[in-house]
Amino acid sequence: MTPAQALRDAALAAAVAFGLFAMLVGLRTDIGPAGGLILRSRWAEVALLCGIVFAGRLAITLWAGRRALRATTGPTPFTLALQRLGRFVAPVLLALALLLPALPGIGRYELDIGILVLTYVMLGWGLNIVVGLAGLLDLGYVAFYAIGAYSYALLAQYFGLSFWICLPLAGILAAFWGVLLGFPVLRLRGDYLAIVTLAFGEIIRVVLLNWTELTGGPNGISGIPRPSFFGLPFNMSGDPDSFAGFFGLEPSPSHRIIFLYYLIFGLALLTNWVTIRLRRQPLGRAWEALREDEIACRALGINITTTKLTAFALGAMFGGFAGAFFATRQAFISPESFTFIESAIILAIVVLGGLGSQVGVAIAALVMIGGFEVFRGLDEWRMLVFGGAMVVIMVLRPRGLVGTRTPSIALGRKRAISGDLVGEGHG
Amino acid sequence: MAYAMQQLINGISLGMIYGLIAVGYTMVYGIIGMINFAHGDVFMIGAFIALITLLLLQMGGLMDGPAAILLVLLVSMVITALYGWSVERVAYRPLRGSFRLAPLISAIGISIVLQNYVQVSQGARPKPIENLLPGGIEVMRDGPFVVQFSYIQMLIIALTLGVLAAFTLLVTRTPLGRAMRACEQDRKMASLLGIDTDRTISLTFVIGAALAAVAGSMYLLRYGVIDFYIGFLAGVKAFTAAVLGGIGSLPGAVLGGLLIGLIETFWSAYFSVQYKDVAAFSILVLTLIFLPTGLLGRQEVEKV
Repeated sequence: MTPAQALRDAALAAAVAFGLFAMLVGLRTDIGPAGGLILRSRWAEVALLCGIVFAGRLAITLWAGRRALRATTGPTPFTLALQRLGRFVAPVLLALALLLPALPGIGRYELDIGILVLTYVMLGWGLNIVVGLAGLLDLGYVAFYAIGAYSYALLAQYFGLSFWICLPLAGILAAFWGVLLGFPVLRLRGDYLAIVTLAFGEIIRVVLLNWTELTGGPNGISGIPRPSFFGLPFNMSGDPDSFAGFFGLEPSPSHRIIFLYYLIFGLALLTNWVTIRLRRQPLGRAWEALREDEIACRALGINITTTKLTAFALGAMFGGFAGAFFATRQAFISPESFTFIESAIILAIVVLGGLGSQVGVAIAALVMIGGFEVFRGLDEWRMLVFGGAMVVIMVLRPRGLVGTRTPSIALGRKRAISGDLVGEGHG
Repeated sequence: MAYAMQQLINGISLGMIYGLIAVGYTMVYGIIGMINFAHGDVFMIGAFIALITLLLLQMGGLMDGPAAILLVLLVSMVITALYGWSVERVAYRPLRGSFRLAPLISAIGISIVLQNYVQVSQGARPKPIENLLPGGIEVMRDGPFVVQFSYIQMLIIALTLGVLAAFTLLVTRTPLGRAMRACEQDRKMASLLGIDTDRTISLTFVIGAALAAVAGSMYLLRYGVIDFYIGFLAGVKAFTAAVLGGIGSLPGAVLGGLLIGLIETFWSAYFSVQYKDVAAFSILVLTLIFLPTGLLGRQEVEKV
């Protein structure tokens, strides 16, 4: 494309951008002094946006024209660099996460962010089993998170069970619901499945919201018991029966935070370990085969239903664990915490991490959750960035930033294959 | 009896709105086989454009009845169609032939973007307007209970029928409609026969968005208050309508929309308002499990 054509193309893009933004950005509706709506104009922002679109479009066309001249078929240098880097990222992140509470300058606030990030890492890894490995798009994952949280809260409230008994129960209940919901819908095609899981997620939320006698409705459940250190409660009394007294430490409120931090760290690692182990077993291989081509799977004698159900149930179970943890950490839960947006955030983390990559999910959670937690005040931009990033990743690198495939059997040396090169059948 | 009559009128006018959105879902699904998850949010954009145009007209003192409403509709249709076109161009077209979850994930991304774009640019608070066409005609009277058929409801029904008639003519009688149907049957063959498939797909999105804009404007006039989140529920319900009617079938979408509107209205009137969304969601789940081809859809054969 000649520069003149590129300029005309960019001008056209800017004109479209003006059409898009002129009304919705250029005129803002506000409640006026008289109570009715008034309009406020913001033309500077519109001009800025059109300028950005013009410059962006121009840069993209010129750059794409140059890149077309040296098209290659192998993995791009960018991918190779990422892979080399990727080898060091995981151990460094792990060490950082392990030592975080001991690092200087880490106070309660930083630990709280750490706990939040790790919760999303765990949720991301749990959903990764369903979406990344088995290729089932689950838009209602938050329902299992909610079931885990409510299981713990209700069991503790009505039966006085402790956290350590409820944690496995919450996971089992969530997995049970996963199977129950999964069973009728797993026959459906990929995109129908997505919509049905979305519907299930919303049904669960609406039921939690309206079943006031059991769940407290919109008021939620408060006073959920805090976890204990295997029976030793965290409190400031210094009794021999409390955590600090038993170990002869100075009672401090930070003990509980540190404990919670390591608790979610352990749960997340458990999720990761189970996933990594399963991936090397027939079940995990069946999941990945299913993701690539369902019809071929069926032809090769893989039982589609049980394969899908196990992925659904395992993903739901880890969601349930995370939910129980969430309930004990917050000590208060309400249906507000389990909206579709939450499902979308978790899905975005999995997608940005590169469907199927464990390290990628951790990095995505760290950047998207931790990053926005640090830059407070940008909160309303958070979801805009999330959604935009999802689209950009799908358009540019649909197999994820660090996606690679290692063949199970190879003649001679096994080599990792870049995700760019792996085609996919339709199932 | 009178109460049921009133619900019937309300249900039909609500169902018309769902039907208009459902046509957009079903058209896109028919032609490229993807669920345009962002379609509900395109409907929301349509409602916001209508709101802003309305306020502009009010500021200019040009608010007199039908002409103003027509102008609002036209502006909303044009700008929303531009949104539909841009969305397809930016987020869906590069993904043709990509792996199978990619377009759907991209559509979810676009849905999140549109919602939050409107939230950031227009604020999160609901936007109320006053009723433009107050009053209506009295259909029947049962003691103190008066069954009213409001002017707005009449407008919704008349307009929807008009738009759908025009749309049917477009699909069945024009070259564009023929190209659309050809793409629906076999995209590769259509392109071999000289149909510009990319252009046809773009136009499908444009038309779908314009219909959603009509629905959005009607929603604004009927309920008088909108916010950035209305697209989510309306989208899911319209999708349910499309599935219930048989996805890919245009009369099915309208029929499904009417059924969903009626079921929702009667459910809220006789059972419970809190669980009315559960009714729509349950219908979706039940239809997909027991009647995946819908009422008027045809069996889909899976090809390798």
